[in-house]
Amino acid sequence: MRSSKNLLTILLIHLILIIFSVIMIVPFAWMILTAFKTVTESTSVNPFVIFPSKWRSDAFITVWKNMNFLLLYKNTLLLIFWRVVCACLTSTFAGYAFARLNFKGKNLMFSLVLFQMMIPSQIFIIPQYLMVSAIKMTNTIFALVFPGLVSAFGTFLMKQAYMSLPKDLEEAARLDGCNILQTFLFIMAPLTRSTLAALAIFTALFAYKDLMWPLVINTSNKMMPLSAALATMQGQYSSNYPELMAASLIASLPMIVLYLFFQKQFIQGIATSGGKL
Amino acid sequence: MMNKNDFAISGNHRRPGMTYWEKSQNLWGWLFIIPTMLGLVILNIWPMLQSFYQTFFRTGDFGRGNIYIGGQNYVQLFKDSEVWQALWNTLKLTLLQVPVSIALALVLAVFLNRKMRGRAVYRAIFFLPMIAAPAAVAMVWKWLYNSQFGLLNHLFHTKIEWISNPAIAWISIAVIGIWSSIGYNMVLFLAGLQDIPKEYYEAGAIDGATGPAAFFKITLPLLSPMIFFVLVTSVISGLQIFDSIYMIMSKSNPALPKTQTIVYLFYQYSFVNGNKGYGSTIVILLLVVIILITALQMKLQKKWVFYN
Repeated sequence: MRSSKNLLTILLIHLILIIFSVIMIVPFAWMILTAFKTVTESTSVNPFVIFPSKWRSDAFITVWKNMNFLLLYKNTLLLIFWRVVCACLTSTFAGYAFARLNFKGKNLMFSLVLFQMMIPSQIFIIPQYLMVSAIKMTNTIFALVFPGLVSAFGTFLMKQAYMSLPKDLEEAARLDGCNILQTFLFIMAPLTRSTLAALAIFTALFAYKDLMWPLVINTSNKMMPLSAALATMQGQYSSNYPELMAASLIASLPMIVLYLFFQKQFIQGIATSGGKL
Repeated sequence: MMNKNDFAISGNHRRPGMTYWEKSQNLWGWLFIIPTMLGLVILNIWPMLQSFYQTFFRTGDFGRGNIYIGGQNYVQLFKDSEVWQALWNTLKLTLLQVPVSIALALVLAVFLNRKMRGRAVYRAIFFLPMIAAPAAVAMVWKWLYNSQFGLLNHLFHTKIEWISNPAIAWISIAVIGIWSSIGYNMVLFLAGLQDIPKEYYEAGAIDGATGPAAFFKITLPLLSPMIFFVLVTSVISGLQIFDSIYMIMSKSNPALPKTQTIVYLFYQYSFVNGNKGYGSTIVILLLVVIILITALQMKLQKKWVFYN
């Protein structure tokens, strides 16, 4: 009696989870199905076409030719690469100093870091835009990376990571004759690898998803990352949904493939960093 | 590598060693934080002051030829019904999107917080929207919502104008936000749930608290700090919704005035109409709203967040 009730509960839970899974997947499935259709099929109402009669790659070929995706991938990759490198590098140094070193003005400086974390980022955009245009650097990779050269959030995250490490490690290194830089580089920094990886994933994902800044700063088609290019192409192909969906798919695919391979790291990275935001 | 002897030997030199260490802490400390602090000052602190300063100007083209107009932007802001409507739209969106997303994410997290078949697969699927570019997500939803050829109207046998009916469009936008954020919130809740010791549930079971009772008496109170954290950060990001409005609501859409958010309006004024002074004034309003709402939540948390 009891076990059959348990079985029923488990089935019910699976049912609910499956319903939600379907809701999560349908938009992606519809993206794929539409991308392989002709325009006529995609706008046919009577009968409504769910599956394409023939799986055509025409839409993919057209958008691939028109949109220079290789360049967009390159821009996106460089944007992500430099943001991750800059954020991780500056944050790990600053995080260690805030967690473990005593220096004058430390509390004031750290309160600046915390303060910045609470401010909505839109407030920085106009002046950042004016700065980049003043040095005539719009439409460059540097412009894309610019707001992410340092990371207040990363600094905070790394400080938390260093604070959780035991103190005697440093003491031992110091007594062994290491100076502060050596202690940091050889003893402490390697121990925060997992937090650093989490920060890298977090930074990469949000660089990839950033839309407003790229739209504002890089208006040349050749210097856009994927997000801005997709937004811009929508205006040009407004009603050709197979092509819009094909482009969306081409733009999303690398990240989704990466995610499927490194699923655990992605989720854990977001959970560690997101949870401390 | 290390043994007691090493400590004893260095113990003799401890005093001078410490002062050297302390002195060098000042030097290294500043060296370590200088790149970050320099960056924060240039990228954030200075721009913030600059944005505030801009609110007293009417901006000429490309930020040149600014004209000082005193508090006129603020006077205009207070009288601007479009801004207040946008603020109301933003609040409505947030009020719908955040609680629904949190409630659903919580239920899913509780379901997944056990050894079961397919756990990793479910988790991966729910998290999938987080991986997609917002522009791609918005485009596919716009297509699903299409009133003539969209999948939704076909499935439900309806003729609803999901994104051009002013009474409905904001709900459709909120649905996209919910769909996109459930997985993210669920992952955070799962991490929080794993920190709750199993003994609590065992003790609860002895007192007869199982199933829903255990959820309300054990899970909810112990998870409340995490729920509070997710609530505060979701509200802040909800108040900054831009991508979906920008991608989905075209200029000619009759529902635009009833759905455009405060950040969308900021973008329009600053980068489409080129009035950076007024754009900055709008973003200052957003800052004030965020501070007020966050402060209110901090105050209210004492009533429901349970700290050990």
